[in-house]
Amino acid sequence: MELSGGEILIQFLKDEGVEYVFGYPGGAVLHIYDAIYGQEDVKHILVRHEQAATHAADGYARATGKPGVVLVTSGPGATNAVTGIATAHMDSIPMVIITGQVHASSIGSDAFQEVDSIGITRPCVKHNFLVKDINKLAETLKKAFYIATTGRPGPVVVDIPKDITDPKVKVPYEYPKSVSLRSYNPVVKGHPMQVKRAVDLITTAKRPMIYSGGGVVLSGAHKELTEFTRMLGFPITNTLMGLGAYPGQDKQFLGMLGMHGTYEANMAMHECDVLIAVGARFDDRVTGKIEQFCPTAKIIHIDIDPSSIAKTVKVDIPIVGDVKNVLQDLLTLLKETKERPDATALHKWWEQIERWRGADCLAYDRRSTLIKPQYVIEKLYEATHGEAYVTSDVGQHQMWAAQFYKFETPNHWINSGGLGTMGFGLPAAMGVKLGFPDATVACVTGEASIQMCIQELSTCMQYRLPIKIVNLNNRYLGMVRQWQEFFYEGRYSMSYMDALPDFVKLAEAYGHVGIRCESPSDVEPALKEALAQKDRLVFLDFITDQTENVYPMIEAGKGHHEMHLSPERELA
Amino acid sequence: MRHIISLLLENESGALSRVAGLFSARGYNIEALTVAPTEDESLSRMTIVTNGSSEILEQIIKQLNKLVDVVKLMELTEGAHIERELALIKLDASGKNREEFKRLADIFRAGIVDVTTSSYVVELTGTVEKIDAFLDAIDKKFIIEVARSGVTGMARGERALRL
Repeated sequence: MELSGGEILIQFLKDEGVEYVFGYPGGAVLHIYDAIYGQEDVKHILVRHEQAATHAADGYARATGKPGVVLVTSGPGATNAVTGIATAHMDSIPMVIITGQVHASSIGSDAFQEVDSIGITRPCVKHNFLVKDINKLAETLKKAFYIATTGRPGPVVVDIPKDITDPKVKVPYEYPKSVSLRSYNPVVKGHPMQVKRAVDLITTAKRPMIYSGGGVVLSGAHKELTEFTRMLGFPITNTLMGLGAYPGQDKQFLGMLGMHGTYEANMAMHECDVLIAVGARFDDRVTGKIEQFCPTAKIIHIDIDPSSIAKTVKVDIPIVGDVKNVLQDLLTLLKETKERPDATALHKWWEQIERWRGADCLAYDRRSTLIKPQYVIEKLYEATHGEAYVTSDVGQHQMWAAQFYKFETPNHWINSGGLGTMGFGLPAAMGVKLGFPDATVACVTGEASIQMCIQELSTCMQYRLPIKIVNLNNRYLGMVRQWQEFFYEGRYSMSYMDALPDFVKLAEAYGHVGIRCESPSDVEPALKEALAQKDRLVFLDFITDQTENVYPMIEAGKGHHEMHLSPERELA
Repeated sequence: MRHIISLLLENESGALSRVAGLFSARGYNIEALTVAPTEDESLSRMTIVTNGSSEILEQIIKQLNKLVDVVKLMELTEGAHIERELALIKLDASGKNREEFKRLADIFRAGIVDVTTSSYVVELTGTVEKIDAFLDAIDKKFIIEVARSGVTGMARGERALRL
């Protein structure tokens, strides 16, 4: 089969099983868009800004586990995509981003819409390729998908000069079924000796703690993690990225840990004697002050990326491998051995944890006449039976969603954890909705974040994506305001946003439904109404208490045991 | 601690900038860096001299290994090894120092590879210390220019960096 470069790209995506491409056309990719025209195998979703293309592909990837695919033009197309690429990179999301490039002969001449896409994206991709030979296009694309989806996943950029896709130049095409790279062979199997050492340590634990992260979600190891945790009867906490990997309502689950983690999770981290870190990377928002992190614990760390191990925290038993494989090996060994941790000590440990849990650290003022943001999330949880896909933007609303929506299953909590990208939520929700058209998809956001990619309301209309937008509107950049209240003596520098749009009218202008909600008693009916409108995007604008803060809170650079609890909590 | 890391990487355009970019992005030191193609034309060999604690070295090695273009690497300073640097040194050899510089070059087993009535170019190979010692032995005002290659090296004996 002889095909042009543009045709090879589309045929390859079809052969690779790619369902959706999120993109935006422009000069350097016009040959490719001509190849897209008239075929239906690979569906192209036209976004309104390239950043949204990357977030949508990212959301699709996080929910489905399949790689997200993006197609943008050279120059500004590529630079607009960079925020989304960096977002995916920080959270290890498999994505392939095709960027157009000027003619190979023009590269380096400051041609129209030329930018060094390879150079610009290099620090925020897993790898990138510049295609210089049409005969290597299919092979390069295969390598890109292979690298993006294996080992620790991540985004891969393929930069294609316009002449490579010239419709007049046709070459034989055959789908490359497999690929091998001599310099890239991720270790997936844990070292048996290390696994054995881990079991030996686990069975001597008196105050154990399991701390699991996004790696468990990416690896699809939630079943193994749950079996492992239940078999041992250990307490478990999830990172922001790991929520849903262990059932959120289970009694062994202590909630999220870290800066806005629960009192019981953080205190158990501080006091534990054996810490089992599974697919988590000891991020600074999780560890707090390194010198005070788990001061009495021996640490087992399971991660597929060797460079995650001992990066910030020294560990006693490192195990490099896919967490699913390693957990299976641990389970096998635990089933073989009769050794079990001291039951009396574990019982005492749980008694201590229950006392911490008794602090009820997520308590908030339920008698307020203002809408409390936590209440909205609780009601969203109830109205969706905890089964919705929830995307979020970044800030207070993100933390409340993480704290109050009790995720029972993985891949349902979609947020920008590492990079903290405002504007992520709405386009990510589009990707999720395309991946799961019949599921309820809610985007929990704030009036500041939503405006960073608000233009995607138009995309949602074009493709009829009935997302439910839950806007926690406090007229402030809430998290900035909170930090200014705590650490800058209430000098609210540039955190108040005047002249907000009327979000109801705005939603209507895009052809959607808007509902404003100003009283606590209206919250539940509004959510029900929104969910009842199955085929419509509903923008729910909740006017919330402006001064509500996220608690508990560990100040940056403090230890896990130095938490602030809410004023309600401290009064009670 | 000073460390020398040798690595084989794909001889692709951009591979060098991936390594250099990694060092600058993560704040690692590069004291010297040399790179050239090998006898296998699909591979380049790079030698990096860096400074840092053993924890930082561990991260450097892990991060380098993570780069898709890096095929294999070895820390030379971990065992017995040879390291060499080449220096070209242009000296003002116009006056009474002309004879002195010739003698000094002989002592250091250096060659004089370019001669004019007023200058020498001395070619000197050796460890960093040897080249430093040669330069220290000459009054700075007679040094016109110095070009140093940076360190390259390999392990002694059977230990080898190859595929």
